[in-house]
Amino acid sequence: MLPKIIKKDNLRGFVEGLMAESAVVAPTPRGGKYAFSPIESFDEIALDYNITLLSPRKYLYPQVETLLSFKTGKSPSSEAVVESSPVVIFGIHPCDVAAIGLLDAVFSDPPADPNYLDKRRKAVLIGLNCASPCDSYCFCRDMKTYNATEGFDIMLTDIGDRYFVEVGTPRGEALLVEDADFTGATAADLKALQDYQDQKEKNFVKKIPYDTKFLPEILGQSDNSLVWDAIGRKCFSCGACNTTCPTCYCFNIKDDVSADLSGGVRKRIWDSCQLGEFAEVAGGENFRKDRSARLRHRFNRKAKWILERYGKLGCVGCGRCDRNCLVKINSVEVYTQLAGERVS
Amino acid sequence: MTISEKELPAAEPIFKPVMGKIVATRMLAEKERYFRVVLENGKPLGHKPGQFVEVSMFGVGEAPISICSSPTQEDSFEMCVRNVGSVTNAMHKLEPGSPIALRGPYGNGFDVQAMKGKDMLFVAGGLGLAPARGVIKYVFDRRRDFGKVTILCGAKTPPELLFKEDLAEWGARPDCAFHVSVDRPDESWKGNKGVITTLFKYVKVDAANTFTVIIGPPVMYKYAILEALTLGIPESRILCSLERRMKCGVGKCGHCQIGNVYVCKEGPVFSYAQIKRMKEGI
Repeated sequence: MLPKIIKKDNLRGFVEGLMAESAVVAPTPRGGKYAFSPIESFDEIALDYNITLLSPRKYLYPQVETLLSFKTGKSPSSEAVVESSPVVIFGIHPCDVAAIGLLDAVFSDPPADPNYLDKRRKAVLIGLNCASPCDSYCFCRDMKTYNATEGFDIMLTDIGDRYFVEVGTPRGEALLVEDADFTGATAADLKALQDYQDQKEKNFVKKIPYDTKFLPEILGQSDNSLVWDAIGRKCFSCGACNTTCPTCYCFNIKDDVSADLSGGVRKRIWDSCQLGEFAEVAGGENFRKDRSARLRHRFNRKAKWILERYGKLGCVGCGRCDRNCLVKINSVEVYTQLAGERVS
Repeated sequence: MTISEKELPAAEPIFKPVMGKIVATRMLAEKERYFRVVLENGKPLGHKPGQFVEVSMFGVGEAPISICSSPTQEDSFEMCVRNVGSVTNAMHKLEPGSPIALRGPYGNGFDVQAMKGKDMLFVAGGLGLAPARGVIKYVFDRRRDFGKVTILCGAKTPPELLFKEDLAEWGARPDCAFHVSVDRPDESWKGNKGVITTLFKYVKVDAANTFTVIIGPPVMYKYAILEALTLGIPESRILCSLERRMKCGVGKCGHCQIGNVYVCKEGPVFSYAQIKRMKEGI
């Protein structure tokens, strides 16, 4: 579909129309920062947010999710539980759009995961372009996610008194095709978008001193690097990097039993490869006992292995891991240090 | 306004177990219990030797358990479970007639077709005998499809040896070279003393025509593989089943990863040609 525009004054009406049809979640202020939350009014949306604490991953792959309900006793039985309801995720920055694209690939990989896919099927993604980096931590230009070319249903770009509206899917088209507030983009609108993008190119700078296409090879040669030990010395193994990562998808499975012990539910819960017991097997053997090994695992996952497996980098450069790291382990610094003589 | 659904692949529930019934169970050693299970649907499990199931104890959790019977035994399948965690502890309390829930079979299993016509050397240490037994039983049930069979079996002490009836049967077979060793013998032990690799001195194989199956505790692999390589067995025919904590069994939860490999999907059986490229593999 050809691009459209919508006047800023009319965005309220569009969002309220969405709210009449479905739950809408959007970036809202939260304690001096921002968080994706369900909204009840358009006024709650922080359209000028820089970055949210967590990505909208939590609406597609919740921190705790029921997979199964079961009955115990003499004749135990179980039923699969797949919970999902329609949701419009409004105002997603390009990096987080890219992260959802990766989760789609992971959970569609056979055997496909109904608990994710049913939620994803019912989720509408409305992107919101960003003109400048959210803060000093983000490195989305390096990870090539600062512009979203796919993955959204529609993408809004602020071009003054109106938004430029790019339609990514037939679902996106269906949202606005009957809405008279969306009008065809004119030459002036296309020019305004081009000016926005030209300025954006200047605002976003590369942080890693080499092209990230070399990351898999650099990591491949770094298994024995003492850089892992150096950052391992600092790491608390708290797992904040995993919890805040928009692409992390590893989980643990736990049973919750009802008070009368007659049954319960089986849940999956976000897990962290940085926690000491993540790779431990029954009997106590631990295949990644050292923090350095766990950090090497995480960085390889993000910039090498997930790419090799799913064709997309496991890191979108949002910087949440580094922003939330208690000991200031910094991905850009790690990738720079690992490159050795290539950068100094 | 129309909100349509995104087109995505159809997905069946992947975490719902099927029900089975325990038809026989007994202790094999102090911590290891044997189970024979018949599925409620009356069908065979349809596994390959070397695959595993996720056993559910509702309210306690799930644990990956290797299958220790051969698919040639179609009416039921067997497991040998060491009591080392909450799920296995709960399993040990199950009696004949108890219902049991499980998902699977999962994993690649052994490529028994590729082994056809070859000599077989089994190296099974401790609880590694459980998954190895599934392949050994398969080989004996299809005996004419295979060449010479050699079995090396080890345990820490004599009482810890599992499947003693099977060991006695294999030891008595004229078409099988069987050797057993214990690390710490008791007074009644008259056999070989020492770790399992001390049995390699009895092994005579046509290395170029041999597949070896090595399964045991993590510490065993490096030494047993070295012995197999010393015999001259090609790296691609040294097959190991690696133990990891498979929580989901379907390549999602991440717990069983060795580097970029999901052991629950691409494993647990790997050749040494693969393992030597895997950091943290053995």
